[in-house]
Amino acid sequence: MNNGIMINVEKLNKTFGDLHVLKDIDMTVKQSEVVCLIGASGSGKSTLLRCINFLELKDSGLVMIGGEKIEKETHDLNEVRAKVGMVFQHFNLFPHKTVLENVMEAPIYVKKCPKEEAKMEARALLKKVGLSDKEDVYPSKLSGGQKQRVAIARALAMKPEIMLFDEPTSALDPELVGEVLATMKELAEEGMTMVVVTHEMGFAREVADWAVYMHEGRIVEVGHPEQLFSNPKEERTKNFLDSVL
Amino acid sequence: MDLLTKFIDTYPVFLKGMLLTFEITIVSIFIAIFIGLFFAFLKISNIKILEWIADLYIFLVRGTPLVVQIFIFYFGLTAFNISDFLAVVLGLAFHNGAYIAEIFRGAIQSIDHGQMEAGRSLGMTIGLTMRRIILPQASRRALPPLGNQFIIALKDSSLASFIGMYELFNVATTHGSLKYDYMSYLLIVAVYYLILVLFFSIIVRMIEKKMSSSD
Repeated sequence: MNNGIMINVEKLNKTFGDLHVLKDIDMTVKQSEVVCLIGASGSGKSTLLRCINFLELKDSGLVMIGGEKIEKETHDLNEVRAKVGMVFQHFNLFPHKTVLENVMEAPIYVKKCPKEEAKMEARALLKKVGLSDKEDVYPSKLSGGQKQRVAIARALAMKPEIMLFDEPTSALDPELVGEVLATMKELAEEGMTMVVVTHEMGFAREVADWAVYMHEGRIVEVGHPEQLFSNPKEERTKNFLDSVL
Repeated sequence: MDLLTKFIDTYPVFLKGMLLTFEITIVSIFIAIFIGLFFAFLKISNIKILEWIADLYIFLVRGTPLVVQIFIFYFGLTAFNISDFLAVVLGLAFHNGAYIAEIFRGAIQSIDHGQMEAGRSLGMTIGLTMRRIILPQASRRALPPLGNQFIIALKDSSLASFIGMYELFNVATTHGSLKYDYMSYLLIVAVYYLILVLFFSIIVRMIEKKMSSSD
């Protein structure tokens, strides 16, 4: 029915006051594809991600998730958000809850999943991200990399069809980046549809099916990561890559 | 020594007064917490008219002396056959509610915005995220200033003596005037207040300790 198209964005516009943050964005992401968004800060990457998760509401245009056109008038956006997982730059773990409780929270209170079942699934997810030994620990006792892996497990607990990552490694010490990227890579290999805002070109090359370069609210260039990074067609893309690599 | 004798001679009456002071404080604070939470939500509602209502309430409370508020509640409410106790308690609750509203508002707004986003990104509604994620963290942050407000309320309850409630301060002044010896009984009542405040402080500290297990 949706031809395996998970995310379809057409002519998406978003403004904050006088600031036109997203300008006529078109983007289609198929099932199991991994897309990396790159661009300078303020280019609209994060806002695009947040519009796909409806944390920000578009001004105009179309956002389709799983082949369905989503409008705030016709859809319960909370239900849509439950299907689209999000991982934040600053983790945003719930500091007053243990690692296990962080992961169990949404399944229990949103999906009304029985507690024992939620616990079992949470444990399985923590095992998957390699943090089984931390389940009774509070987030303040974790390293940044561990926090982000818990955040990934927490998002996965809602069994999302799409995972969005908003600069998931930008707040991490360099030596902790690898463990988070490894978890994300594993997820990609399992066939998760992923949109990742990142500056990790290595990850993009290795994992992404294609990459998008954004500049001042527009998509400037789309291409295979290898091609986009090594041989950009657009001058602006080239300038950006020169400045970050 | 003389003071100690007076202390021992009068302690049954003072203990009764202390109990009443304690009751007035506890009940009024309990009600004030609900009033405070309600107006804190109005303040953060992002709905102009609700914010104005909360602002007006806080302005009225902050702009008038507590003793005036208590008298207004007393004369206003006892006409409806409400007991002196309830009138005083409601007056104090009305007063403390405004300060507690500001404490709660500050605490809620001090919680990182990412917490609300994280909750919502998991499909939780704003209300559910508020209840499960924001408020538990905010109440922990609100606890120290809340404890402070409890102590202020405890001491403010002495104003209930003006409408004839036989609480601690009234016991002291009554004894003082009967025996032409204000100084002794004021010193004695100060000790009772200190004991009560100490008791409250210890309770608040115990709760704080219990709630900080995740730090």
